[in-house]
Amino acid sequence: MNIAEFLAMGGYAAYVWPAYALVFAVLALNVWAARRSHERALEEARRRLMQEESGR
Amino acid sequence: MWTWFHKLASPPHFYRIAGLTIPAFSWAAGLLVAAGLYGGLVLAPPDYQQGEGFRIFYVHVPSAILSMFVYATMAIAAAIGLIWRMKLAHAVAAASAPIGAWFTACALATGSIWGKPMWGTWWVWDARLTSELILLFLYLGYLGLRSSFDDLQRADRASAVLAVIGIVNLPVIHYSVVWWNSIHQGSTLLTPGAMPIAMKWPALCMLAGFALFYGAVLFVRLRGEVVRRERSAAWLREVLVK
Amino acid sequence: MTARPGLWRVGMAVYARDLRLAFRRWEQAVQPVVFLLMVATLFPLALSPEAAQLRGVAAGVLWVAALLASLLALEFLFRADHEDGSLEQLVLSGHPLGWLSIFKVLAHWTISGLPLVLVSPVVATSLAVPASALAVVMLSLLLGTGVLSFVGGAAAALTLGVKRGGVLVSVLTLPLVMPALIFGAQAADLAIMGESARGPLLLLLALLVLSVSLAPLAIAAALRIGVE
Repeated sequence: MNIAEFLAMGGYAAYVWPAYALVFAVLALNVWAARRSHERALEEARRRLMQEESGR
Repeated sequence: MWTWFHKLASPPHFYRIAGLTIPAFSWAAGLLVAAGLYGGLVLAPPDYQQGEGFRIFYVHVPSAILSMFVYATMAIAAAIGLIWRMKLAHAVAAASAPIGAWFTACALATGSIWGKPMWGTWWVWDARLTSELILLFLYLGYLGLRSSFDDLQRADRASAVLAVIGIVNLPVIHYSVVWWNSIHQGSTLLTPGAMPIAMKWPALCMLAGFALFYGAVLFVRLRGEVVRRERSAAWLREVLVK
Repeated sequence: MTARPGLWRVGMAVYARDLRLAFRRWEQAVQPVVFLLMVATLFPLALSPEAAQLRGVAAGVLWVAALLASLLALEFLFRADHEDGSLEQLVLSGHPLGWLSIFKVLAHWTISGLPLVLVSPVVATSLAVPASALAVVMLSLLLGTGVLSFVGGAAAALTLGVKRGGVLVSVLTLPLVMPALIFGAQAADLAIMGESARGPLLLLLALLVLSVSLAPLAIAAALRIGVE
């Protein structure tokens, strides 16, 4: 089976590949958003700690 | 066993354990998805009716199953959080919601893309599609309610009540939609016959991979949620210093 | 044992109080009805004044319009009581909060849901619904607005004191009441076509029983969280 045939997906390339691309894009987005949420929580905590220390 | 559980649920301990397990989860998820992709796109024979087009199945079905599994997880965690006032359980619910909403969106979008060549239209008011859409609305409502509170504790508890209401309603919604549709038009669902094993195992791999992916992303989010919910500063300082 | 008033008396007291307050703010109570009439006017203008075509969509139009109209009113279910502190008193009163919330929701339904049911024959007739179907249309809305008040009550309780609560209440309520819409519109549609609407009406009744028995628990939990 050659690559061109594989990519053509029996004529369904216009449907199969976008579907896969979309799903994997969303998965990547999920990873990114989760990391950002974690980092933000750490930042907020850092700020909270600094406020507490300077308030004392 | 119980003390072990309690220890795990304590924020510092959980934060550390989660940090250690995330790589394992990610690798396992990555390997399974890779195997599922190879099996699904290359090894599996084309469907005798749908040809190569059925391969959307391998991303569509895992997304759809996960969308419901995540909602169930979220609702159970929310109920545990309400009953035993467990912060970690509320954190699980809060961290699950966005992931579940994305899986639901994926299931809808891939279903729509699949529907175009097979049914000749992007959208059919079919029972399963419609209840998946309503599931998305439930997720959006949950996220909307959660984001409208400033106080994290109140947000946790109010949204937990909503998650429980939602899970009680889901079967009612599902069956009423099935009933509604079967009156108006015959079911357009493809009746899944016994699938040959060469078609099936990649799907199971993908499903397991997606589930582990959910686990990994959940843990990353959970670490953040645990930090947000932590008031006592001693261990926070420890985490932040390194 | 007799020191505390009976549950029925407490419930009726809550109901009577809410009604009395509502009559003082009657403009609020009229709003949903006006809304329903206006929305029902839009459809003949937008589609066509032809009777056959109107009859085909009448059930759906009526139900969607009634749904949206009663959503409008949900915002007022707990808001005034929350602002003046009487909700807190209710929570602290020691009476079962779920029980009290049944009467609060019933009072709210009497003011906002029942008028919709009462004007529905007029609206239905204007949409070319035959007179023989009017009873079923009213009955379906009677049951349906009940479901909506209880489910929506839970959403309203969850959004206590939230900014931009009105939109949020709708977003929370609509997915949950879709089954009621399905069966209600179905019942009305069957009646308009001259067929028996028994099946969907019974299912709608089941939904009402379910929501009357479960929603108060959720409302009570939500109110406790809200007044803290």
